[in-house]
Amino acid sequence: MRGPYQGAASHAVATIHPDAWTAPFWAAARRHQLVAARCTGCGRFQVPPTGFCPGCRSRSVEWIELSGQATVYTFTVVRHPVVPSEIDTVPYVIGVVCLPDAGNAKLMTNIVDCDPDTVAIGQHVEVVWDDVDDEVTIPRFRPR
Amino acid sequence: MVEARRAAVVGVGSTEYYRRGGSLPQTANELAAVAILAALDDAGLAVEDIDGFAYYSGGFDTGWFAQALGIPMIKFTASLTGGGSGSAGSVGLAATAIAAGQADVVVSLMTLQQAPGNRLGAAMAVQSGPYYRPPTPERDFIAPYGAFAPGHFFSLIAQRHMYEYGTTREHFAEVAITQRTNALTRPKALHKGPLTREEYFAARMISDPLCLYDYTMESDGAVAVITTSADRARDLRHPPVHVMAAASGGDGRWGRGIGWMGMPDELFATAGAGAIAKLLYERAGIGPEDVDVALLYDHFTPMVLLQLEDYGFCGRGESGPFVAEGNIRIGGTIPVNTHGGNLSEAYIIGMTHVVEAVEQIRGTAINQVAGAEIALVTGGPSGIPVSGLLLQR
Repeated sequence: MRGPYQGAASHAVATIHPDAWTAPFWAAARRHQLVAARCTGCGRFQVPPTGFCPGCRSRSVEWIELSGQATVYTFTVVRHPVVPSEIDTVPYVIGVVCLPDAGNAKLMTNIVDCDPDTVAIGQHVEVVWDDVDDEVTIPRFRPR
Repeated sequence: MVEARRAAVVGVGSTEYYRRGGSLPQTANELAAVAILAALDDAGLAVEDIDGFAYYSGGFDTGWFAQALGIPMIKFTASLTGGGSGSAGSVGLAATAIAAGQADVVVSLMTLQQAPGNRLGAAMAVQSGPYYRPPTPERDFIAPYGAFAPGHFFSLIAQRHMYEYGTTREHFAEVAITQRTNALTRPKALHKGPLTREEYFAARMISDPLCLYDYTMESDGAVAVITTSADRARDLRHPPVHVMAAASGGDGRWGRGIGWMGMPDELFATAGAGAIAKLLYERAGIGPEDVDVALLYDHFTPMVLLQLEDYGFCGRGESGPFVAEGNIRIGGTIPVNTHGGNLSEAYIIGMTHVVEAVEQIRGTAINQVAGAEIALVTGGPSGIPVSGLLLQR
């Protein structure tokens, strides 16, 4: 089940299991908004949120809408499909991007819509939205 | 904390090593029991002497071993949390139990059977079996991107290290080729032929920057290690191999290590072992310059490099040039994985490294480092607990 974006993992693995702390992230994704949880106690960003601030132990967060701009911190081009669902999606690119308007928090994603051999650390990327089905939307990033 | 030299490793034993699935129709428990009996024989101890088990990676079925082998009394049975990261630490757990008077003769163990549907290489994608984990809200920030294999996560770390420090695939190749060379003299090694530089660079890429030979092999087998008190060890078959120090844990900010990859920048391109290395050396009262041979858990070649840095054999970012100078070869400044390691001998989740350390300190290793008195063994770079073990004559 390839999705619309070259370089992304398959829709077969695009399932989510939100809890109270992560549900706002996925609800915003449905609206094509990239958001991050920020501690109301000390202002630290939590990606993903776990229900606890590791800095001040506050359990209160506010959700900040981000620009969707990011930079590639590291990446790997997966060329061998370790599971059958990815036979048709390799090569796909797993990236970790830094979110500059969320305190440079790191977010795992796919780097899509480009030749995998051109992905580079430090590359500027922007969020794109992969509407998987009626309930799930996954953020991926493409070069800008 | 283990008080230095109160416990000693006195017996090591293993099954034959098999290619993935090649141990069938034996069960994993059967393999384990064969290894335990071999380790007892090596130690000059009897089944009746065993009274404890100290595991890692979740542990095994002590009750089955007790019934099947006829162990009369169990006084201690426990496991470290985490996965292969605890291999070295499991011997530390045994030493801790002995020093605390909880048990006298403690078995540490790994038994591995990578049958179909039970392959570690897709550990985070399996839908059933021992490696299955239920979906979690955190995993939603990982799995939709196709990050299933441990190798995917270590590729991300390796790529960042290459970017920050100029490390190259030539450096990874040096690790793979050195270890293959070490395996060639060993009768039980699964890889029998040399690995050339040309073969390394012609191999298919699995997940950039890692190729086939940067990944550990998949194998079956069991390894058992027996630890007892230093007093009792003096009267057994081999000279005691003392536990100088052990440590299992890690910098809290490293956390799950290969989860959603949110480690801070200063820890990201590391093996996550720096804090444990420091603790281990402090407990032993030595430094890296005192270590004669290093058995570094090698699930992926770059993680050997990053452990060389974390354990202080070279500076941060310097491991590539360090290995290029031949320093990890036998005869180099710090011989590494003289048995061939997970990459070229057999992958039994790190316990073969303990066996090799014991043989090096006894002076009976096939690829003996002349005069080796102190050996370092590490558990697999992964999430907390990261573990390390120092053994001494």
